[in-house]
Amino acid sequence: KYQFAGLSDISISEDTPVEGEITIPMRSRAREFDSSTLNESVRNTIMRDLKAVGKKFMHVLYPRKSNALLRDWDLWGPLILCVSLALMLQKSSVDGEPGGGPQFAEVFVIIWFGAVTITINSKLLGGNISFFQSLCVLGYCILPLTAAMLICRLVLLAGPGPINFMIRLFVVVVMFAWSVIASTAFLADSQPPNRKALAVYPVFLFYFVISWLILTFTP
Amino acid sequence: MAAAEELAFHEFEEATNLLTETPDAVTTIRSDQLASREHVSVVVGSSVSYGAEELQEEGDKTALLQEEKPQPGFWTFDYYQSFFDVDTAQVLDRIKGSLLPRPGHNFVQHHLRNRPDLYGPFWICATLAFVLAVTGNLTLVLAQRQDPSIHYSPQFHKVTVAGITIYCYAWLVPLALWGFLRWRQGMREHMGPYSFLQTVCVYGYSLFIFIPTVVLWLIPVQWLQWLFGALALTLSAAGLVFTLWPVVQEDTRPVATALLSTVVLLHALLALGCKESLVGMWGGTILSPDVLLPAHVMPMVTMWPGS
Repeated sequence: KYQFAGLSDISISEDTPVEGEITIPMRSRAREFDSSTLNESVRNTIMRDLKAVGKKFMHVLYPRKSNALLRDWDLWGPLILCVSLALMLQKSSVDGEPGGGPQFAEVFVIIWFGAVTITINSKLLGGNISFFQSLCVLGYCILPLTAAMLICRLVLLAGPGPINFMIRLFVVVVMFAWSVIASTAFLADSQPPNRKALAVYPVFLFYFVISWLILTFTP
Repeated sequence: MAAAEELAFHEFEEATNLLTETPDAVTTIRSDQLASREHVSVVVGSSVSYGAEELQEEGDKTALLQEEKPQPGFWTFDYYQSFFDVDTAQVLDRIKGSLLPRPGHNFVQHHLRNRPDLYGPFWICATLAFVLAVTGNLTLVLAQRQDPSIHYSPQFHKVTVAGITIYCYAWLVPLALWGFLRWRQGMREHMGPYSFLQTVCVYGYSLFIFIPTVVLWLIPVQWLQWLFGALALTLSAAGLVFTLWPVVQEDTRPVATALLSTVVLLHALLALGCKESLVGMWGGTILSPDVLLPAHVMPMVTMWPGS
């Protein structure tokens, strides 16, 4: 009670108006921000999301130990990559034979259920990464393999042959290694050190299966 | 200090003996901060045990450590997390133990030590299913090299079939075995039956040897394939038999032998199924026989049915 001792002397006479202004800067700015995203054009919204996706693609292409992929996760990138990969893995349905390549739904299911299984496995082993962050990283790291699929399709246009196969094999192996290294750079840090290999092995198996699907594709 | 060290060493032997008798006991290794050494204690059930009596001499801290956490319910995430509580070194050690079975060297006692995990069985089955599919594909590719008339297709449905078969085997057969052993529990007084998870673990790790075997089956030499298959089956089934023997030996003779031979037979069926899906039992299911075998053997092949 002694800290307020000085205030007891202050007296305000009754005819002095007491007025002022109270501004809370953060809240008013937030309110402005909200209304601005509601009123902005559709083009701005789409461009903002596309820029976020593009930034994450850059992070995958040049994997550094940064947290950008983990902090603001989104699943748009993985969806775009998964759909394009599944579309490119479709054979032309001229000959409708049963024992053919994977259907669109099969590729989709493999990618998403594979990613979910790896995420659950890494959480059960005691990792401290959240569910959707892990899905985000695994989905974005399919980018090199989607690029490999594109290259393989272009190479296959030149006609089959052993040189053709060697080029495709080399490209797929390089992209597979890139995917595994990129995802390990993000995911390995979230595990305790004596379990890193246990968490990384399913990632290796996952990208291996996708690489096998790409390599065995024949139009 | 000599007396204390003797006590610690003595305790370890007692712990191993206690563990042999009651495999359901929980083993914990604690580094005691007061005495700054590690010792193994066996808590048998929830009553005060032999090990616990010695611990009480060392202070109240150990009494706090002895509280057992209540088992979380099966709907919580922590319940399942307790099954994945393994390190890389432990998983590798268990795989090595399954590859080299020795009589009297019980997999459950020596390697699992009452901490069965689900990581090994689950991922070994997944790897085996994918390796089967990939190898089947490769076999077809190699055959097409020699005979361009064979129509090549990725045969993606093999993954689904292989996966379902292997997972069913690795989970339903241990379930049946565990149920049967529980039912015969009355005959046993020396050693209780294994828990369901321990049985699943044993089966899962015993399937590991098939992974390199399936890859080696790419070599198109018939007798070599049979050799590899027999070797893998022997190692794998031996591991299973040596693990089950202590539990089964107190049962009546006919039941014991019937059980062990059923286990081995089912394992052999799985191995044959894998080989069949890849290269066919007579070397010619998906590939025509005249591609793989030289011409002078052809008349013998045509005598075998179904190829």
